[in-house]
Amino acid sequence: MARNITYREALNEALTQEMERDETVIVMGEDNAGGAGAPGDDDAWGGVLGVTKGLYHKFPGRVLDTPISESAFIGAAIGAATAGMRPVAELMFVDFMGVCFDQIYNQAAKFRYMFGGKAVTPVVIRTMYGAGLRAAAQHSQCLYPLFTHIPGLKVVMPSTPYDAKGMMIQAIRDNDPVMFFEHKALYDSSGPVPEESYVVPFGEASVVREGGDVTIVTLGRMVHTSLEAAGQLVADGVQCEVIDLRTTSPLDEDTVLESVEGTGRLVVVDEAHPRCNIATDISALVARKAFGSLRAPIEMVTAPHTPVPFSNALEDMYIPDAQRVVNAVKTVTGWTR
Amino acid sequence: MTDTVERKTLTREHLLDVYRTMRTIREFEERVHAEFATGEIPGFVHLYAGEEASAVGVCSNLDGRDTIASTHRGHGHCIARGVDVGEMMAEIYGRKTGSCHGKGGSMHIADLSKGMLGANGIVGGGPPLICGTALAAKLKGNGGVSVAFFGDGGSNQGTTLESMNLASVWNLPAIFVAENNGYAESTSSTWSVASDNIADRAAGFGMPGVILDGFDFFAVHEAASEAIARAREGGGPTLIEMKFTRYFGHFEGDQQTYRASEVEHARAELDCLKRFADRVTETGELARPDLDAVDAEVGVLIDRVVAEAKAAPLPTEADLLTDVYVRY
Repeated sequence: MARNITYREALNEALTQEMERDETVIVMGEDNAGGAGAPGDDDAWGGVLGVTKGLYHKFPGRVLDTPISESAFIGAAIGAATAGMRPVAELMFVDFMGVCFDQIYNQAAKFRYMFGGKAVTPVVIRTMYGAGLRAAAQHSQCLYPLFTHIPGLKVVMPSTPYDAKGMMIQAIRDNDPVMFFEHKALYDSSGPVPEESYVVPFGEASVVREGGDVTIVTLGRMVHTSLEAAGQLVADGVQCEVIDLRTTSPLDEDTVLESVEGTGRLVVVDEAHPRCNIATDISALVARKAFGSLRAPIEMVTAPHTPVPFSNALEDMYIPDAQRVVNAVKTVTGWTR
Repeated sequence: MTDTVERKTLTREHLLDVYRTMRTIREFEERVHAEFATGEIPGFVHLYAGEEASAVGVCSNLDGRDTIASTHRGHGHCIARGVDVGEMMAEIYGRKTGSCHGKGGSMHIADLSKGMLGANGIVGGGPPLICGTALAAKLKGNGGVSVAFFGDGGSNQGTTLESMNLASVWNLPAIFVAENNGYAESTSSTWSVASDNIADRAAGFGMPGVILDGFDFFAVHEAASEAIARAREGGGPTLIEMKFTRYFGHFEGDQQTYRASEVEHARAELDCLKRFADRVTETGELARPDLDAVDAEVGVLIDRVVAEAKAAPLPTEADLLTDVYVRY
């Protein structure tokens, strides 16, 4: 039975249900319980955003606090995955990939291929991404394009509580390394989530709004921005089809191509920086495989090629908003040869 | 140099096994050195000759519960862990019949079924992984231990230092083996390691540190045995430093102009195989003919695996795209 819970609660419920189902599932990260070795509460935080709150006492010995040593504990999660565990490690902010990327892209991502198919590394690396919390340049990046580039990794970013739960369960049961991106502005968003366990398969985009005039391909928090824009555009008589990719690796090419073949117009909305991001990737895909269907040049709405700024005034300009999506849609609908 | 460590009694079979494994590593590496010079072996190859007592002294204490992670200089660790020598040679030749079907090469030979989590092309890549396999063993409660081998170069990587700290914080059954062969590529460890000894750093991570003559199999075996037994019983990690030298360059093709004449001295006076043989024949535990028979047997083996590797098929286009994911 579904009831409304938050994105944070949906993730916690997924972890709880999988830890109940499978004792090889373990959780580790900085402050994932919180208070290790300190005189007070030993489940003080449940991660900096409370996603793992309460697991420490429910699953004794299976929720591990770590020193601030991302290389060591992300690597340990990867090593444990090769040895029969299903670890869910928390890389608090994806910006911190810089201090542990080797373990992810040179080790976990490559074991299976490099060892001739003899390794299985079912690790989940949860990480928080995205701008909007005035967290500035080193705590606000998207960076999922960097991971999407790497063969051997799966890269997923749920946009709703429903997907957060189903995709976390899928990630834990998946036998490949999964980078699980959680947008920091979505933790308090709520929506209907079934109480029972379920999976959302990877590589299946979701058509979150149907429409025949323009295809908007987007992901993560930008799904909500795009839906807001699509709602506004109805007044102009423009019907947008909004596609939430949900996973960038694997990528559901078919859903994107089928939609563009119907609408003939594409806007890609991506919070990441504009070079070599998901917007450019989708644009290239469509230009290559649905060129004949296009009735206008492709428009991209992205963050600018700058670090994420701190000041409210600047960050609000940095993050793509509904107005920019509306403008892009009007550009493609108004284009004439 | 004299052997200073009193050894536990090892059975005749065990001693023969140790000698066979060390001799196999030596012959394997000497042969790869010779074959590399012909230009038939592709890529980068880093040879372990001279360091055999470390891999074999440590790994002869391990069993099926245990895991090791190795380095770019990994052939010796693979052989000491029981990885198939024929598959290894085929892998080095880039053949489909290799340990990794030709997709890994010298720097990535692995066999997880043998508790060998891979040679590693990244200096300092292994220690974090070993914390994970040690954690898995600890949670399963099976008494397994994990060993990270790394060099003096790897000892300066943050990953290694972080991992030693984490292993102590989590009280993991992990052993850190610093193989200090004197040079990180061409850079002397007397320059690059700020402490007098790598093992001195153990104190900073709250674990015992041991310094060994890495040419002395019995010293290594004894010290590793003690550390591994302690780890199995929940006593936490140990850092062991081997001091020795490698007989070849950093990689094949290295002109080694940075070195003096220590290799000739080591080969003549310190060599682990020579000292092992002298010692076991002096005590009468093994006789020269026993060792000669092993030498002959190993020579035949290496001849065979080189011939087989050269004759083995290359991977095909169909192999290029497989095994990226379990399921995509």
